[in-house]
Amino acid sequence: MAADIATSVRADGVRKRKRAVRLSTRDRVAIGVMVGIPVFVTGALIWFPTISSIGLSFTNWDGIGGLGTIHWAGTTNYRQIATIYPPFWPAFRHNLFWLGALAFVGTPLGMLLAYQLDKRIRGSRLYQSIFYIPVVIAPAIIGLIAELFLSPQAGLVSSLFADPRHGHVIGWLGDPAVSLWVVLPFACWRHASYVMILYLAGLKALDPSLREAAAIDGASEGQAYFRVVLPALKPINIVLVVITVIEALRAFDIVYIINRGRNGLELLSVLITDNIVGEASRIGYGSAIAVVLLTISIVPIVVFVWNSFQDSEA
Amino acid sequence: MTRTTVETVTARRPNQRKAGLPRLALHAFLILVVLLWVSPILWAIFTAMRPYADTATDGYVSWPKHFNFDNFKHAYTQSQMGHYFWNSIIVAVPSIFLILLFSSAVAFIVSRFSYWFNVPLLIFFMAANLLPQQVVLQPLYRLYLWLPLPYWVSDSGVFYDSYVGLIAINVAFQTGFCTFVLANYMKTIPKSLSEAARVDGAGVVRQYFRIILPLSLPALAALATLEFTFIYNEFLWPLILVSTGSKLPITAALNNLQGEFFTDNNLLAAGALLTAIPTLLVFVVLQKHFVGGLTLGATKE
Repeated sequence: MAADIATSVRADGVRKRKRAVRLSTRDRVAIGVMVGIPVFVTGALIWFPTISSIGLSFTNWDGIGGLGTIHWAGTTNYRQIATIYPPFWPAFRHNLFWLGALAFVGTPLGMLLAYQLDKRIRGSRLYQSIFYIPVVIAPAIIGLIAELFLSPQAGLVSSLFADPRHGHVIGWLGDPAVSLWVVLPFACWRHASYVMILYLAGLKALDPSLREAAAIDGASEGQAYFRVVLPALKPINIVLVVITVIEALRAFDIVYIINRGRNGLELLSVLITDNIVGEASRIGYGSAIAVVLLTISIVPIVVFVWNSFQDSEA
Repeated sequence: MTRTTVETVTARRPNQRKAGLPRLALHAFLILVVLLWVSPILWAIFTAMRPYADTATDGYVSWPKHFNFDNFKHAYTQSQMGHYFWNSIIVAVPSIFLILLFSSAVAFIVSRFSYWFNVPLLIFFMAANLLPQQVVLQPLYRLYLWLPLPYWVSDSGVFYDSYVGLIAINVAFQTGFCTFVLANYMKTIPKSLSEAARVDGAGVVRQYFRIILPLSLPALAALATLEFTFIYNEFLWPLILVSTGSKLPITAALNNLQGEFFTDNNLLAAGALLTAIPTLLVFVVLQKHFVGGLTLGATKE
């Protein structure tokens, strides 16, 4: 199969070279426009700013004067965010916790649900539709829903376990030691749904004879899953790992709508946003943190790209 | 072929029929998870349907004396949510159109011709979509403050604080994902089709519009559904790139509405639920497309 694809690609490559010569000027202009405009838009609004972030992270700029007032600062910004910028390390830690929660709770839960729903059971469709719901809801709305649970005056938790009408409240969101941990379940809720959709598609695409063979060989359900199904789904497993890391780096909306990412909800994304506008903003700091985020995210991006081109290149 | 394999599997799985109890346990487990899954939404609905006065006297966990849609009505009219919904449409519709146009064009070239730049091009678009948004945010903000627009397009005179600016960044950011999905999809369309058209004298543009685009309609529909929810749910771009409150799309406007509803959680719950309704509706009606779009990106079979 892989060999088939390889030959067809090669054969096509040969054909192509001949055709490229025969393309009319009009066709070549058309190809140029069809590729050129999208490249220009994405290049100008994504890649140019990305590279500028790297550049700005090594400079001092107040953002008020023109570009001429930008001064080279070397690695000062990086040294300062690591030493004299108090929210940096907490935010960094919070992103790690966020990743941990998604990786150890959200993703496995999504995989478990997908695995169970892949069995031919009654009502599988209905279960699926319900489990999909959180993916459709905006993370910002999920943040508001989290507030309906956690708000000290009117939240469910406070109403159940304290007495807000008489001044006894449970203010977890205001307590930096616990706020992250009470918000994370809501992030996992959404992430598990996302994972479930992807994993279920992978399971359905799996050749049923694999499991059949395992069953004939007398493998238990657990053995069949860990020895046969899991290894056979390697490409989708990689996608899940990548998505989990990327989602953890992107986390923003939920914490920002709750309390603008304060009181223990600081994340790297929040710090970057805080440094864009406002009196306390430092363009150099924001950019340096953006580069930290970029550097970390390059790993999953490369893995994802490599994973998706691996078999087409074979 | 597939059907027979499926039948043999069911026939040969002995535990399938005799295991009534494990089946029951499985359903019990799933129902438990379902309850957990919908409880945040049910709680929001419960809160939203009760008058503020009731919850203020009886507390939020109490038997409801009144149960109605008043909060939804108030949230909608009091904060002019209709206006913000309209903003979302103004941004989402052109964005989706351009995203699909751009990504299908690039995917068409990549899947029909074997240029040296095909793989770098796909990486260029895909990686752009995978970046955390904050990586581009600071320079983008500065760029938007500077990049001019004619005043008849945007009363700010620049990309900043304009619908065009929001549309542009959505297009730039989302084109990557759709290009990736569509390129994989179009590779499955037989080359012979466009070859035949070429022999008949159809140019590149004609092959794209007449052959490949119509055949890609299922993928385009799936992506349109998915992109609608992505763009509708977008929070960060408008938060930073728009300063006039009345220009905000609904999801970003929630940030301000939250301040308005500050003391009234019931109203807030109603507002949040109202905002979620369009995407939920799209999902209920077009679930197959939605799931198809998401999984097309992850599995290539």
